[in-house]
Amino acid sequence: MIKIKKEETESHTISILVDNEAGALARVIGLFSGRGYNIESLSVAEIDQDKHKSRITIVTNGSMMTINKIKSQLERLIPVHSVNDLTSEGPSIEREMALIKVVCSKSDKEEVIRLSEVYRAKTVDTTQDSFIFELTGNIEKINSFVDLLRPLGLEDISRTGLAAVTRGSK
Amino acid sequence: MTELVGAEVVIKALNDQSVDHVFGYPGGAVLPLYDELFKNNNAPQHILVRHEQGAVHAAEGYARSTGKPGVVIVTSGPGATNAITGLTDAMMDSVPIVCLTGQVPTHLIGTDAFQEADTIGITRACTKHNWLVKDPNDLARAIHEAFHVATSGRPGPVVVDIPKDIQFADAKYVPPAELKYENYKPQVKPNIANIEEAIELMGNAKRPVFYTGGGVINSGPEASHLLKELVLLTGFPVTSTLMGLGAFPSSDKNWLGMLGMHGTYEANLAMNECDLLINVGARFDDRVTGRLEAFSPLSKKIHVDIDPSSINKTVPVDVPIVADCAYALESMLMLWKSKGHKVDTKDWFDKINEWRKKNSLDFKNSTKLIKPQFAVQRLYELTKDKDVFITTEVGQHQMWAAQHYHFNEPNRWMTSGGLGTMGYGFPAAIGVQVAHPKSLVIDIAGEASILMNIQELSTAIQHKLPVKIFILNNQYMGMVRQWQELLHGGRYSHSYTHSLPDFVKLAEAYGAQGIRAEKPGELDKKIIQMIDSDLPVIFDCVVDQNENCYPMIPAGAAHNEMLLGEKEDDHEVSDEGKVLI
Repeated sequence: MIKIKKEETESHTISILVDNEAGALARVIGLFSGRGYNIESLSVAEIDQDKHKSRITIVTNGSMMTINKIKSQLERLIPVHSVNDLTSEGPSIEREMALIKVVCSKSDKEEVIRLSEVYRAKTVDTTQDSFIFELTGNIEKINSFVDLLRPLGLEDISRTGLAAVTRGSK
Repeated sequence: MTELVGAEVVIKALNDQSVDHVFGYPGGAVLPLYDELFKNNNAPQHILVRHEQGAVHAAEGYARSTGKPGVVIVTSGPGATNAITGLTDAMMDSVPIVCLTGQVPTHLIGTDAFQEADTIGITRACTKHNWLVKDPNDLARAIHEAFHVATSGRPGPVVVDIPKDIQFADAKYVPPAELKYENYKPQVKPNIANIEEAIELMGNAKRPVFYTGGGVINSGPEASHLLKELVLLTGFPVTSTLMGLGAFPSSDKNWLGMLGMHGTYEANLAMNECDLLINVGARFDDRVTGRLEAFSPLSKKIHVDIDPSSINKTVPVDVPIVADCAYALESMLMLWKSKGHKVDTKDWFDKINEWRKKNSLDFKNSTKLIKPQFAVQRLYELTKDKDVFITTEVGQHQMWAAQHYHFNEPNRWMTSGGLGTMGYGFPAAIGVQVAHPKSLVIDIAGEASILMNIQELSTAIQHKLPVKIFILNNQYMGMVRQWQELLHGGRYSHSYTHSLPDFVKLAEAYGAQGIRAEKPGELDKKIIQMIDSDLPVIFDCVVDQNENCYPMIPAGAAHNEMLLGEKEDDHEVSDEGKVLI
């Protein structure tokens, strides 16, 4: 029998500065799909209107050799100005925002409110039988909040994807 | 700045980029451009092909034999999609191609208009970069940038997609001198610390080997010259990839022949046993490395490549050198001289000479049947003193050509290495002949490959391009048949080419000359007849159907597990090897 080999992988946050032009995101995404790399999280927005620059933040996983390949492949793309592997380059601040809708019975309401307080989620909408929470934090924090709400009537989630910058003055 | 219409801007930009020839095929979305080619006395000469794939391969042959970019014009939709194989081929083999595609007018983009295709989306994966021009005032800049990107750094194909209304619209022209290319500035000069490290390793090596590739040829004739000088000075042996043949003269005593799956015994064993591997402009392709875990296990590795993403891609290296080969070789040469290193390679060459005695390219000749290797050898002997360029299709004939035709200069050998495109060689030969009208241009072909772009014979006749097609006709897709014999129990599933045309009559139908050779004794006389012809020639060389291409490193095997020929019965290929291509 032929075995498909699996390699040891680790998760890395990659920050990419690109020209904000038509197709730039497609080039980046196409590189990931074309070469079989994973995307766990993606966020993109313009960060400099005058210079037409956008920041793409991607969380991916792979062996260190794969992560380095992703970096040098990205650097090859013409609209890409810089690529930083924030996970390797030292401590960084990583945040994601999520909007979470919970539809719950009266009996669960108290527990839902208690959890939202523990996680310091902001209540942005509420009705007789539902809540919408806004929660900002790292990926793990949002995941664990969502996991706890799941049996209590979790209805819908929308997440922004990760935003990240390096710590300190660099 | 001058006011012109879009189509005029295109021609003016091509003039300013010193383009003499374009390969193309007209259609609805490029009519304004073709009108300009008709009216404008300064327009480059247009070579009308018979299929857009042929246009790109012809441009590739043109580019690889001259070092200049090849230029293609095709229409929207099917024109662009037909060009995809050629663009992908150029991408894999780092060939500078500028492909201008027509597009439906801007207001119809996205409406599934007639002959609309998402050319930018489709070609994103098979070009170095592409541009959709939506503003006529961006047209000149896009074209100049396209030439800049295609030809600098690691060369490659680019596409400029030009909607039809843009070709008609008033447009400002900007000459290349007024543009700055801020976005794309590849590193071409090496980091000197890396060169010092490399020279240190070279000075202390006992069993060094140069492993050179297409990057040396892409870097220009100066790089080949510097490589020769460095080899002369160091005394190290040299092997090359398929793409790099000609960068180092095959007549030199330090030449080991090609390496890899069908490379020589001495080249592959030298890779296996060397203690220092100096990769100059090659990319550790799987055809070369064989099983990665067993690849060159004893060596320190130096890798010169202009593309940083090639370094540590599959094989981890000790000394990475990101640079254009010529700059890197020049620095290495200077430092080697100033350090006054001397390496005694006598023991190493003694070993290599033992391997050479295997005579791994040898084959059993026949007096009754033409052996394909013998045919290539005779072709070589009868053409080697001429001004000759060789292209190939893909398969057994390609490997026999690489093994038995020898090159002493760069830019003389054009083959589809990375993508392995059947149908490449003939249109590529047409492109070579356009660039070198007085030279002898031969496409060494197989009977299956040649049928993939045979329509280009009409192109050759129209433009009076006397390309010679030398078909090693074994009536099989030979490499497929060989793998089926070695790996699939001799079940020749669909690899026999039934109902082949009569190639002599086929040539005559197009207005070319047809020659057939069936016996070894008549080969020389007929090859001379082919060379002497002023017409394009199809030479139908009927060869032994059962000949296999040896030596061979079976898929998934290591360099020291080579099969040397039919005598051996250890054709076992591992399960892991079977899934490889």
